[in-house]
Amino acid sequence: MKINKMLSTAAALTALALPAFADEDAELVINGEIEIVTKTAAPAHLDGHLSEIMSGWRFRSDDTQAMEMDDFDNPGMLGAEAGFEQFETVMGSEGKSCMDCHDGAESLANVRPTYPKWNEDKEQVYTIQMQINDCLTEQMGAEPEKYDSNAMLNFEAALASVSRGMPVNVAIDGPAQSIWEQGKEMYYTRYGQLDLSCANCHEQNYGNMIRADHLSQGQINAFPAYRLKNAKLNGAHGRFKGCIRDTRAETFAAGSPEFVALELYVASRGNGLSVEGPSVRN
Amino acid sequence: MASGVKPRVKVPKSASAGEVITIKTLISHPMESGQRKDSDGNVIPRSIINRFTCEFNGESVIDVTLEPSISTNPYIEFDATVPEAGTFKFTWYDDDGSVYEDSKEIAIA
Repeated sequence: MKINKMLSTAAALTALALPAFADEDAELVINGEIEIVTKTAAPAHLDGHLSEIMSGWRFRSDDTQAMEMDDFDNPGMLGAEAGFEQFETVMGSEGKSCMDCHDGAESLANVRPTYPKWNEDKEQVYTIQMQINDCLTEQMGAEPEKYDSNAMLNFEAALASVSRGMPVNVAIDGPAQSIWEQGKEMYYTRYGQLDLSCANCHEQNYGNMIRADHLSQGQINAFPAYRLKNAKLNGAHGRFKGCIRDTRAETFAAGSPEFVALELYVASRGNGLSVEGPSVRN
Repeated sequence: MASGVKPRVKVPKSASAGEVITIKTLISHPMESGQRKDSDGNVIPRSIINRFTCEFNGESVIDVTLEPSISTNPYIEFDATVPEAGTFKFTWYDDDGSVYEDSKEIAIA
């Protein structure tokens, strides 16, 4: 018994002494049933840039990876649960909830994989959050939610959670193509005093360390992401803002046309990865 | 005042007598430390879960004192021996006087 105890203490110490390296070969299965594709062949439009695309999950430490493997351990699911409640809550002057038009959040499982998407009526590329605001204001007579607000991210988390395991598949041709080209242009444009483009870190240096952090490919298949550093859900635009700020540039606003274009382009770089949100990141 | 507080507990539905099971608990709570200031420079008052207890058929399993540096949505995981069928009762005590409760039955297989 004593030896056992000593052995386990020794094991615990070794575990503490070793830095937590990412297990890039691990496979992600959520709740023991939803298989998530976290590594696959890159879509055709990335020819000459990347051959393989990987979810940010692969770049996180074992502990953080494990948190996402069970809904109970995943704090992002608190947001998704709140989102489901909001979905059933009557809001606005029309006395409607989302349920009056939609047959539960599950019926919207094709939304998260295909957005941002060209909106025929509005003749522009729509993100999920823009679509939700249209529903709130035009169908329900409610006040719009602020971009990347908690309520909005709860909605997004709920919609993402019902699509988990489905492959991201955003359309980059047709009327959305010019916006996609604009996003691509941004991705390869160097910003800020540090003169860095998205590609400098996330295409040319993924897998390397940037100070104490492990650079991922910057995929957004797993958004919204529960970040351990701020203990809340974070949207893709918030992350873009953080990245541009880190290049010491003036950043764009969440929900701006620039970020919508960038979101479309970055989402298309993850075509083939599974929807994974709400995810856990550091 | 904390709003939107919701406890969640995960306990196996059944166990064999004397088996050691793992219990996971999570409560959504901001755990405001009382050290932070808002944009006007005023201290945001402390609002945390200060105590968590678990009882099995009236007998104490664990009694935890939580301090202000514990992060948002405190997650507590622990092991317990199950001698007989019964009920695990979980209680969280909030600074504002609220008490949140949850309980889970366990059967002997």
